[in-house]
Amino acid sequence: MKFLRKIFDNAHEKLNSNEKTKKFFPLIDAFDTLMFTPNHVTDKGSHIRDAIDLKRTMMLVIIALVPCLLFGIYNTGYQHFRVLNQLADVSFLEIFLKGAFVVLPLVVVSYGAGLLVEFIFAIRNGHTVQEGFLVSGMLIPLCMPADVPLWMVAIATMFAVVIGKEVFGGTGMNILNVALTARAFLFFAHPTKMSGNEVWVTGFSDLKGEKYASLVSSSNVDGVVDGSSGATALGDLASFMQDSPVLENTQAFQAKYSLMDAFLGFIPGSIGETSALMCLIGAALLLWTGIASWRVISSFFIGGFVMATILNLVGGNGYFELPAIHQLMLGGFMFGMVFMATDPVTAAHTNAGKFIYGFLGGFLGILIRMVNPAYPEGIMLAILIANVFAPLIDHMVIQNNINRRLKRLKTA
Amino acid sequence: MKITVKKGLNINIKGASEKIMANGEISRQFALKPTDFPNLVPKMLVKEGDVVKCGTAIFCDKYNDQINFSSPASGEVQKIIRGEKRKILAVTILSDGKFTQLNSKPKDYTKLDREDLKSDLLKMGLWPFLRMRPIDIIAAPADLPKSIFISGFDSNPLSPDYDFIMHNKSAEFNAGLELLNMLTDGKVHLQTRHNADGVFLNAENVQKNTVKGPHPSGNVGTQIHKIDPINKGEVVWYINPQDVLIFGRYSLTGVYDANKIIALGGEGTSDKKYFKTILGSSISSILSQTTISENCRILSGNPLTGEKVDKDGFLGFYHNQISVIPEGNEHKFFLTDGWLSLGFAKFSASKSYPTWLLPKSKSYKFDTNLNGEERSFVVSGQYEKVFPFDIFPVQLIKSIVTNDIEKMENLGIYEVAPEDFALCEFVCTSKINVQNIVREGLDLVYKECM
Repeated sequence: MKFLRKIFDNAHEKLNSNEKTKKFFPLIDAFDTLMFTPNHVTDKGSHIRDAIDLKRTMMLVIIALVPCLLFGIYNTGYQHFRVLNQLADVSFLEIFLKGAFVVLPLVVVSYGAGLLVEFIFAIRNGHTVQEGFLVSGMLIPLCMPADVPLWMVAIATMFAVVIGKEVFGGTGMNILNVALTARAFLFFAHPTKMSGNEVWVTGFSDLKGEKYASLVSSSNVDGVVDGSSGATALGDLASFMQDSPVLENTQAFQAKYSLMDAFLGFIPGSIGETSALMCLIGAALLLWTGIASWRVISSFFIGGFVMATILNLVGGNGYFELPAIHQLMLGGFMFGMVFMATDPVTAAHTNAGKFIYGFLGGFLGILIRMVNPAYPEGIMLAILIANVFAPLIDHMVIQNNINRRLKRLKTA
Repeated sequence: MKITVKKGLNINIKGASEKIMANGEISRQFALKPTDFPNLVPKMLVKEGDVVKCGTAIFCDKYNDQINFSSPASGEVQKIIRGEKRKILAVTILSDGKFTQLNSKPKDYTKLDREDLKSDLLKMGLWPFLRMRPIDIIAAPADLPKSIFISGFDSNPLSPDYDFIMHNKSAEFNAGLELLNMLTDGKVHLQTRHNADGVFLNAENVQKNTVKGPHPSGNVGTQIHKIDPINKGEVVWYINPQDVLIFGRYSLTGVYDANKIIALGGEGTSDKKYFKTILGSSISSILSQTTISENCRILSGNPLTGEKVDKDGFLGFYHNQISVIPEGNEHKFFLTDGWLSLGFAKFSASKSYPTWLLPKSKSYKFDTNLNGEERSFVVSGQYEKVFPFDIFPVQLIKSIVTNDIEKMENLGIYEVAPEDFALCEFVCTSKINVQNIVREGLDLVYKECM
């Protein structure tokens, strides 16, 4: 390690020796502090410090995302071959490689674009690169549809980092979750690419037109490839609200997307979001290490469950009649609950506030998902709304504390 | 009264002091450091070369010149050490080894009134032992505190054991308590663990409270908050048990006898024992028989709130221990020893290191490395876990950073002192120097509102 240390020390020295290159120190510093915990010591106050730092915190979140990433890669390949009706002919490795070819470039582009912006701002403002983007950079590809063009991901990422974070002052200052800002940007700027039936399964849009028609006509009647095989489960569900539903009733839906498939994640959707199981594995790690707030996760789940149950009791159409638990396993609910809503910067900061914030997010998520004519999914919007409300919730909780103190003064 | 503190954290550092009395040298040099007293601007009352006795005033508070700071030894004023802008950093006294007293006639204070006692304490230089909340500075003589608090135990890492230090000192302790009772119309509260030494259990004229729970249960701020919280406009005083003994000795004999026992601990020292010494003694006299390991930091006080001192420095006015901990001034490779290591030997209040699964009694090596870099506030809920006040720590700190005095008042700045935030600073993922921020906030509030 001495060898590596020497390289960094020399690089620092070289940069510092020239006034012009001095401002580029974040470049070296970022890699140096990645490889070595720096030799900074305490000065006064607490002379000893806890072993945790922000890098480890962020890295643990990334590790918690790995199951979702790996499954997302597999499922991307799986859905591709499912649509092509070739599942029986390909091996596990082929499926995985196909997925990897689609997903990994997204990851690379997301990190590349985001870190580029981060470095530019660090050099411009003369501070070190903070670790916030390490997690955002992984979340962004995981909440994208498989077939999203790479240039869109790059633009969305840059937008999210600049407008969502840096204009507020950088890591720790943003009010909206960075990854969801990226997704929302694409969702509204390129709606045709971010919804509908063609973007969720990779290779599907290439099959349009004749090729696709011939495929459909030549396919067996076992229903593997049908008119909506590129749509997500939620897309199918949303069609219940329209005049011509894709499926005839809730039972048909449950047959097509069984609770087990939805739980395990063998359904189309954004890359990382489909598997509730993988999200729960990530949640287990985050809760075990105490990084994610159990308050947010539990209240978010309860909020969603309550809303889904209410609408389930209302009933009246194929969508509302789907049992609440099945509802929660679909779409981005679990992924948003575990990885997006728990972002400590944009969530409520007070412990009591976290319960309200989480409940609001889950409750609104299912409400927007099920009762709106335009979007088949509502979790993204609901978490962003909850983000916006978080400071207000905190304000209420804090004001309550202040009033309690004032009351003590009056009674004393 | 029984109190249970639920939130908090015990930090188990290697190198706790054994309950053995060791012999250090009697210091030849003593120092009074104005820097030990936040917000104090000293006004010198002696010159270099002046002959002084135990109890001779060395300097006073420029803005409240009743408050004297007295020499703990007899001898000669050796040097007035000044820093930038001629700020007085320390006044050193070369002892003649005789400890001649300025005064040795005890008074019967039961027959005198509060103001007589106050003026004597101020004159003798005993007043600075009394500190007040809010602001955490020397008590203002004009105030009438609603109560006086004494914490009979210290829950800080490597802390001295007052049961051991105070053993068999009932006479002095009770005499000191008697004086304290004269200073307030309210109660004198004494907090101990349930199995405290007889000197505490048999203390007279006090409200005894037993405290359960992890650090900071031994901090007087926590105890005040749980027993008799401070509202705006109210004042509570507090004093350390060993300083009560100094009061007691004054009451019994009329002398200023600043003898105390301190604990020496930490991994960097060979003698983890208790030493008999005198307030303001030189560190080198205490460490004379002890070897200090290479590349170590000597602290007057405990590792959470203490002050860095050189080997030729002096014991702080309020400190009852010296800690010696290894410096952490080296780079740590991220996989073996750094931020991504498995860390089976690393202590963290968060659960991000596997050591949280080990029994709580396991002690850990600590050094002075920050273990990371300073960052923005990112992780929430972390301070709250170790902060047993009904106060929002992060929001209070943010209001201080933004100089929002009204918000500071509303969020409870009158109840806190920097040491109450020591654990917050310790656990902070973003490595923010919270205690410093709180001190600045208190200074601002003091300047603007008091």
